[in-house]
Amino acid sequence: MTNAAIPAISATGLRKSYGDKVVLAGIDLNVPAGTVFSLLGPNGAGKTTTVNILSTLIGPDAGTASVAGHDLATDPDGIRSAIGLTGQFSAVDSLLTGEENLFLMADLNHLPRRAGRRRAAELLERFDLTDAAKLVPSTFSGGMRRKLDLAMTLVGDPKVIFLDEPTTGLDPRSRRTMWDIIRDLVASGVTIFLTTQYLEEADQLADRIAVLDEGRLVAQGTPDELKRRVPGGHLRLRFPDAVSVQRAGVALRLSTSDEHNDDENLALRVPTDGTVTALREVLDRLDAESVAVDSLTVHTPDLDDVFLSLTGHRTGATKELVR
Amino acid sequence: MTTATTTAASSMSYAVRDSTTMLRRNLRHMQRYPSLTIMLVGQPILLLLLFVYIFGGTLGNGLGPGGAGGRAEYVGYVTPAILLITITSAILGTAISVATDMTEGIIARFRTMAISRASMLTGHVLGTIIQTAFALAVVLGVALLIGFSPTADVGEWLALVGVLLLVTLALTWFAVALGLKAKSVETASNTPMVFTLLPFVGSGFVPAESMPAWLRWFAEYQPFTPIIETIRGLLLGTGIGDSGFLTVGWCVLITAIGYFWAKSLFQKERDR
Repeated sequence: MTNAAIPAISATGLRKSYGDKVVLAGIDLNVPAGTVFSLLGPNGAGKTTTVNILSTLIGPDAGTASVAGHDLATDPDGIRSAIGLTGQFSAVDSLLTGEENLFLMADLNHLPRRAGRRRAAELLERFDLTDAAKLVPSTFSGGMRRKLDLAMTLVGDPKVIFLDEPTTGLDPRSRRTMWDIIRDLVASGVTIFLTTQYLEEADQLADRIAVLDEGRLVAQGTPDELKRRVPGGHLRLRFPDAVSVQRAGVALRLSTSDEHNDDENLALRVPTDGTVTALREVLDRLDAESVAVDSLTVHTPDLDDVFLSLTGHRTGATKELVR
Repeated sequence: MTTATTTAASSMSYAVRDSTTMLRRNLRHMQRYPSLTIMLVGQPILLLLLFVYIFGGTLGNGLGPGGAGGRAEYVGYVTPAILLITITSAILGTAISVATDMTEGIIARFRTMAISRASMLTGHVLGTIIQTAFALAVVLGVALLIGFSPTADVGEWLALVGVLLLVTLALTWFAVALGLKAKSVETASNTPMVFTLLPFVGSGFVPAESMPAWLRWFAEYQPFTPIIETIRGLLLGTGIGDSGFLTVGWCVLITAIGYFWAKSLFQKERDR
C-alpha cells in the first residue's frame, strides 16, 4: 500500500481558545491512513474541539492541518467531501424516518437516485435497521439512533471517519455492537479518528492512542506502550479495622496521602506492576508485621490510573459521566 | 470555495440540487408536523372572521365620507391587510424551523458535508414560499366565501401574485435571519410577532387619517402601509399611485438586509 506513507490526518500546533479559556494549547497529530487513532481524555479535555477543527466545523486560532490530503485552511470543501462525522450529539433528522434520513444523505452526497436508494437499503440491512426503516427516530433506542447516525455518515463512502465518543451513553450490548461495526469499517480500509473517555475502548480498537489533558497531549503511543508507562495498576487491600489499615500503611511504606487511603472502606490502594514477585513482596511484608487482611483485589490500569500517572491528577470522569 | 476541478457551472448546479433536497426535507417536515401549518393558516382566518363579523359593521360605517357601507364594505377594506398578515404568520414558522435546525445535531452534519453552504437556508425560504402560497389561497378563499368581491382583471391578478411573492421573499429572508439570531426556539417564535402587529399601526384595519397626528406619521411612512395600499389597489381596482414603487423598494431593501444578515450569521462559528 502506497498510501500508508501519506498521513490521513496531520496537524501541527493547533490552538483554540474561547475568551480566556484555552481549550487546545497547541497539539500535533499524525494519523497514518488505514489506522484507528484514539484521542483519550476526560470531559473538557478538548477532544470535541479537536474533532470540530479537523472536520472543518470550527476554525483553529493557530496551527495547520490536513485531512485526506486536503489543507484545512485552503480547501475545506476537499476535506468535507472525504470525511464523515458522527458526533457526540445525535445528528439525525428527528422528523424523517430512518430510510428518509439515509435518502437525504444520498441526495446531499449527489448520488444518482437509484444508487442512493441501493446504498440506503444496503446500510439498513448491514446495521440491522430494516425494521426501523419506516419509523421516525423518536421511537428508536439509543443504540439504534447511534447506528442510524453512523449509517448516515457512511452513505458518502468517507475515507476518514471521525467518531466523537461513539459509545457514550450506550448500554454494554450496544457498545459491543458499535465496536464490531468500527472493526468492520477498519477492515474495509478507512481511517478512523475516535475520541473516547474509556481506556478499554481505545485499547480494544485503536492502533495508536493520544492522551489529551486540559488541551495538551500528555502521551502518545500504541496501547501497549501506554500501558507500560502506567505502572501496572494497583492492589486493593481491605482490612478488618482502622488500626490494621494504619499498620499496613507503615509496613508497606506508603505515604499517608489520600491517594492510597480509602478510610471509609478500611482499604488501601497499593501501586504495583502486576507481577507475582511484587504481589508476594506485599503479602510478605504484611505477614512479617502480622497485619490481618480481609481481602485483596488486583486492578488493571484504567483511564483514572493513566491520568494519575501521566498528569498527577484524577480525571473526574466518573463524576461527569452521568451527564 | 471550489476546488480546481470544480467548474463554476457544476457548483451552481450543486447549489440548485442541494437547495431542492433541503426544500424536500422542509416540505416533509411540514407534512409530518401539520399542526404548525394549521396554526399559521388558522391565525389570519380567525382575525378575518373577528374583524368582519365583530368589528366590521361599525368600522365599515366609518370608512370614507358619509360612508354607511357597514360589514360588506369592511370585508373589502380589511382583506388586503389579512393577506399580509397571512404572510407574517407564515414567516413565524420559518423562524421557528430555522431555530430548531440550529439547535439540533444535524446542522453539524450539514456543515461537514461538501454541499452548497446556503442550501439549508434557501431550502427554508423556498419551503415557506410554497407554504405561504397555499395559505394565501386558503385565506383568500375564505374571504370570498364571506362576501369579498374583488374587481381585479387578469393583469391586476398577475401583478398581485408578483407583489405577494416579493413581500413573502423579503419577510422570509428576514425571518431566517431572526431564526438564526435567536438563541432558542422560544425566542424565535416571539420576535417575528412584531410583523403581525405592524399592519395594525398602518392602513390595514382603519385609514391612517383617523389616527392621532404622531401615530399617523408613523403609519403613513412605515413599509407595510404602501404594501397594503398596493394589494388593496390591485384587488379593488382603485389604483395604486406611487405605492407600487414604494412596495418594490421596501421589499428589495428588506430582502437584502435579511439575506446578508442571515448569511453572515450562518457563516459564524457556532460555539457550544
